[in-house]
Amino acid sequence: METALLDILYLLASIGFIVGLKMLGSPKTARKGNFYSAIGMTLAILGTIFIYPKIAHLTIPGFVYALIFTAILIGTVIGWGIAKRVEMTKMPELVSFFNGMGGATAALIGLMEFEHNIGHASKMSMIVAGLVIGSISFAGSMIAWAKLSGKLRKPVRLPQYNILNTLLAILIIIFGIYIVAAQVNNPLYIYSLFALAIIYGVLFVLPIGGADMPVVISLLNSFTGLAAAFGGFLYDNMAMLTGGILVGSAGTILTVAMTKAMNRSLTAVIFGAFGEGSKNADSREKIKGNIKEAGPSDAAILLNYANKVIIVPGYGLAVAQAQHVLHELEELLAKKGVDVKYAIHPVAGRMPGHMNVLLAEANVDYDKLVDMDDINNEFPNTDVVLVVGANDVVNPAAHNDPNSPIYGMPILEVDKAKNIIVNKRSMKPGYAGIENELFYNPKTSMLFGDAKSALTKVVQELKNM
Amino acid sequence: MNEILNFIHDNIQMIYIVILMVFVGIEIISHVPAVLHTPLMSGANAIHGVVIIGAILVMLHMDPTNKPGLAIGFVAVVLGTLNVVGGFVVTDRMLDMFKTKK
Repeated sequence: METALLDILYLLASIGFIVGLKMLGSPKTARKGNFYSAIGMTLAILGTIFIYPKIAHLTIPGFVYALIFTAILIGTVIGWGIAKRVEMTKMPELVSFFNGMGGATAALIGLMEFEHNIGHASKMSMIVAGLVIGSISFAGSMIAWAKLSGKLRKPVRLPQYNILNTLLAILIIIFGIYIVAAQVNNPLYIYSLFALAIIYGVLFVLPIGGADMPVVISLLNSFTGLAAAFGGFLYDNMAMLTGGILVGSAGTILTVAMTKAMNRSLTAVIFGAFGEGSKNADSREKIKGNIKEAGPSDAAILLNYANKVIIVPGYGLAVAQAQHVLHELEELLAKKGVDVKYAIHPVAGRMPGHMNVLLAEANVDYDKLVDMDDINNEFPNTDVVLVVGANDVVNPAAHNDPNSPIYGMPILEVDKAKNIIVNKRSMKPGYAGIENELFYNPKTSMLFGDAKSALTKVVQELKNM
Repeated sequence: MNEILNFIHDNIQMIYIVILMVFVGIEIISHVPAVLHTPLMSGANAIHGVVIIGAILVMLHMDPTNKPGLAIGFVAVVLGTLNVVGGFVVTDRMLDMFKTKK
């Protein structure tokens, strides 16, 4: 009876995960989908706490229950608090942080289950696999989090890091197999494996450049899913298995979608072809030419007399929290009869969809956001393109310069428009660390300044016209 | 070798589930518009928080006199809850912004 009840709860949880994830795929149902997944999760957790001990004939002392509830309470309060308070710009780091927490949980499970399963090869292999992947995901996510939140800005590359990382990975695999095959019973081994996996996680993400961080987070996300699935095998637990595998495969697809959008291969991201490219970029001659600076009034005039304006948002918009004033500008122009659209590059910002989330926060009409492939043929008959804090995604070097590290990446072809206004804080290169010849284009006017203050001034000028 | 074959035999149903779930995951993600990639990643991130069940099982099976073990289990449950609650709440917050759209 109780066994069946727990099975049903886990079944409902699995259905909740699948239906929820499916519903997340459409803007209309997404919120409900997330809610269904959450309900599924709650059922699975409650079933585990209250029904499982009866099935397994465990007598649980009251204080162990108290510990579990206290832990859940602490996690809920902190998790809820962070998730509610954090600014929208910090979203990518936050996902990375929570992902790391899941990885750490998987790793700790492995550490604790080790001594209960000595001599049991198949269970031990699940423990070792979950531990290694969870630890890598934890350490890697923490480094990704530190990088995105600006605590670690530069990629750190040890000499021969590719060889070093590969050797370390091989060592971890051999060590893991040894622990399983030799039926090691000394906990020191599992702690050493844990330490090696943590070191590998750090070394794995450290050399990867900031521009590739979304790909890495997505990859680590699917790693944690995999670690949860190994837990499912270990405990014969269907909720863990289905949830874990679902995230593992969905995360992998998402990772592939992202690398495609950036025209990079996953191996290039991991083994750092980008890094070599950057070296070429440094040795290349700096782009020569003059930049044309425009004031807010010049920008306002250009926009006011345009028929068609396309706005290209980037990370700078998120940093300046300028999405509301940008929306105000867009509405103002629309009232004046200007056709205004937003061009969304798949990897603008720090995560795919980052710009959509940001603009949605400012109540920008969903239909005004146009994907790269659909809008690229509209640039030639566009009067003014307003680039707000975007850089690499509009860099013509991706088309023109085979030496550029971003060569081949699909970009928004803003240089085909009649006029280009680029709002940037300074001439500093973007996240990929390369120069952008667009800024030296005779059609380009540079509107320097923080996106929020610069756009506010443009809005004021427009209102006075 | 025998161990591996035994493992496959003992877990054949789970292996079927794994293979089918891989395709389910691929199928439901493939048609998602780029707009929803961030919430999707975040939602998926919350779902793998299901690993918390493992942490709870560890606590339930733990010898109550094993204080260090209980302490590590406690930490694992806290971190797992962080993943679950934080993940779902932050996804909901993101999606809340799409609500006013038609």
